Amino acid sequence: MEKELRLMKGNEAIAEAAIRAGVDGYFGYPITPQSEILEYLMEANPYKTTGMVVLQAESEIAAINMVYGGAGCGKKVMTSSSSPGISLKQEGISYIAGAELPCLIVNVARGGPGLGTIQPAQADYFQSVKGGGHGDYHLIVLAPASVQEMADFVELGFDLAFKYRNPVLILSDGAIGQMMEKVYLKPQKPRATDSPDWATTGKGNRKERNIITSLDLDPDRQEDFNHKLQAKYAEIEKNEVRFEEFQCEDADYLFIAYGTSARVCQKSVQIAREHGLKAGLLRPITLFPFPSVRINELSAKVKGILSVEMSSGQMVEDVMLAVNGKVPVKHFGRMGGIVTTPDEVVEKLKTLFIGGE
Amino acid sequence: MAKIRGSIVVDVEKCKGCEVCMVSCPTGTIAMAKEVNSKGYFNAYPAHPELCIGCASCAIVCPDGVITVYKTKI
Amino acid sequence: MKEATGLKEIIKPENLVYRRSEVLVDNTLSYCPGCGHGTTHRILAELIEELGLQSQTIGISPVGCSVLLYHYLDVDIQQAAHGRAPAVATGIKRLLPDKFVFTYQGDGDLAAIGTSETIHACNRGENIMIIFVNNGIYGMTGGQMAPTTIPGMKSSTSPLGRDVKTMGNPLMMTDIVATLPGTYYVTRQSVHTPANVRRTKKAMRKAIEYQKLNKGTCFIEIVSNCPSGWRMTPVESNKWMEENMFSYYPLGDLKTPAE
Repeated sequence: MEKELRLMKGNEAIAEAAIRAGVDGYFGYPITPQSEILEYLMEANPYKTTGMVVLQAESEIAAINMVYGGAGCGKKVMTSSSSPGISLKQEGISYIAGAELPCLIVNVARGGPGLGTIQPAQADYFQSVKGGGHGDYHLIVLAPASVQEMADFVELGFDLAFKYRNPVLILSDGAIGQMMEKVYLKPQKPRATDSPDWATTGKGNRKERNIITSLDLDPDRQEDFNHKLQAKYAEIEKNEVRFEEFQCEDADYLFIAYGTSARVCQKSVQIAREHGLKAGLLRPITLFPFPSVRINELSAKVKGILSVEMSSGQMVEDVMLAVNGKVPVKHFGRMGGIVTTPDEVVEKLKTLFIGGE
Repeated sequence: MAKIRGSIVVDVEKCKGCEVCMVSCPTGTIAMAKEVNSKGYFNAYPAHPELCIGCASCAIVCPDGVITVYKTKI
Repeated sequence: MKEATGLKEIIKPENLVYRRSEVLVDNTLSYCPGCGHGTTHRILAELIEELGLQSQTIGISPVGCSVLLYHYLDVDIQQAAHGRAPAVATGIKRLLPDKFVFTYQGDGDLAAIGTSETIHACNRGENIMIIFVNNGIYGMTGGQMAPTTIPGMKSSTSPLGRDVKTMGNPLMMTDIVATLPGTYYVTRQSVHTPANVRRTKKAMRKAIEYQKLNKGTCFIEIVSNCPSGWRMTPVESNKWMEENMFSYYPLGDLKTPAE
């Protein structure tokens, strides 16, 4: 069970990990900064080796609906895009959540709004965590901060998706998608041959047909169904929170950051401590479920919390909810595709919390 | 010479009284009931059963599949 | 079951000529009286039964009057977002190529919001059957104009009749997909008379059987009525359809496999 060590781009790592995880189908559409995922898969041609279907759809909308079809058959299917394309997929994602289907969606986020820019941003937090599509549903959201996590989260994502019959989103950004790092790849896992009992695979010997739908015109039944979904999300919140702490034990100030911003803040912690400021970093790995409980615990021990996100301030709202007024919570982030520098973050920590408030 | 005789069975409660069977019947067997069924439709029925030749035109044009058709040689 | 019966002595199992297909669930269709959807469902169910495909069929229902197809056909079914059925079918057929896969769509679903998905699935030659029920109107939402509404035809959003200058001409989707090399068999039929029902069943049987050949998309348009949307009785609507719709949507095969 030897793992293979390679130097890869984040986007390529996702593609290679998907093949090795025994994914059944990938349906995608080109958009910068994630087209390499589709290109890598087309080049690798896994249909010949594992039978994995790789198809370039005519649009992001078509791609997410192909995912719906495959997911309804109980297959491991995925798609990827970047912010504007993820906006296009929202209807399909809501349908997938409403039909309780498992699937993986990858957002290699870029600056917005609108066509925006091709450089990285973290302004899709609301879209990913608070809904994006219509209705009361949640995606399980995983935020990789390295090329290794890009690879690892594919299999983790599908495990969670099938465990809860829910779509899972990997919220990455253009920097992590494009950067090259060492990555350990797991050996090839064979594609599954059986299907879940709820899937549409042709009636076969089943007495009852399987129906995949998110429609129920009876209000009482539809409310019951929504309660069922909410109970599912409560389970997910109880069991699937993931985060990483860096020097939080004795911290006076806390950075909360994910993805590229977390990489920046890790350096900021070091710089701050060199200047005599005891800073720590809590890096959420799951954005839904959010590590509210742990952040609330830590807030009792610090003087202030700085949420760092390449946006106008989206995750900061969830940090504030978690902290519940115990200590000041502020946000810092560059926008337009600009990546914050570690020094900038430390300066902001000083000006926002220590001097001249 | 043997004569073809038919007989239809209409599921009264499923019939929606659309009358398409009636206009498709080549022998004038079918008419619409004078009383409504429990859904409020004037259902189709074989008003002149002796005219039926079991061609199944009514059954195959029925949007709701409410007609079963039998046929024999007499 | 309350029945109205003909001559009782003829009603014997050995004399059975026609009965409702067992692939139809034993319930009442929710379609309006006289609606061609019911007849089309019936024909499809009969063929699935006759060809022994019930255990290997996966159907996709649209958004529109026939969204509830899954209540009426006893096969595995996925309900798709508006217009997206051909994309959903693509996902299914690519991953389960041995199953019989069909989409069932109305004119809003296939020719308005779903134009791209329809054309691209046909262009790729996906090995699926697409059933396109065209009644030139949006029935489910109350009778609005559709891309296939014919010029001069009144609807709730074309109260003075379709004005070609501002609203465009009817969109001839079947003709368009027939030009694509990816389609294998393209036909246009109707289900309003026994003769047409028989022709439709023959055409649909071909479309179903061709799927095993993996030679491309089989596309069958059913020109149909909408008594409620057109504000007519069922019999009147079939007559109106004959007199007005068929000149725009002539019946027959548009593309047949080269012999």
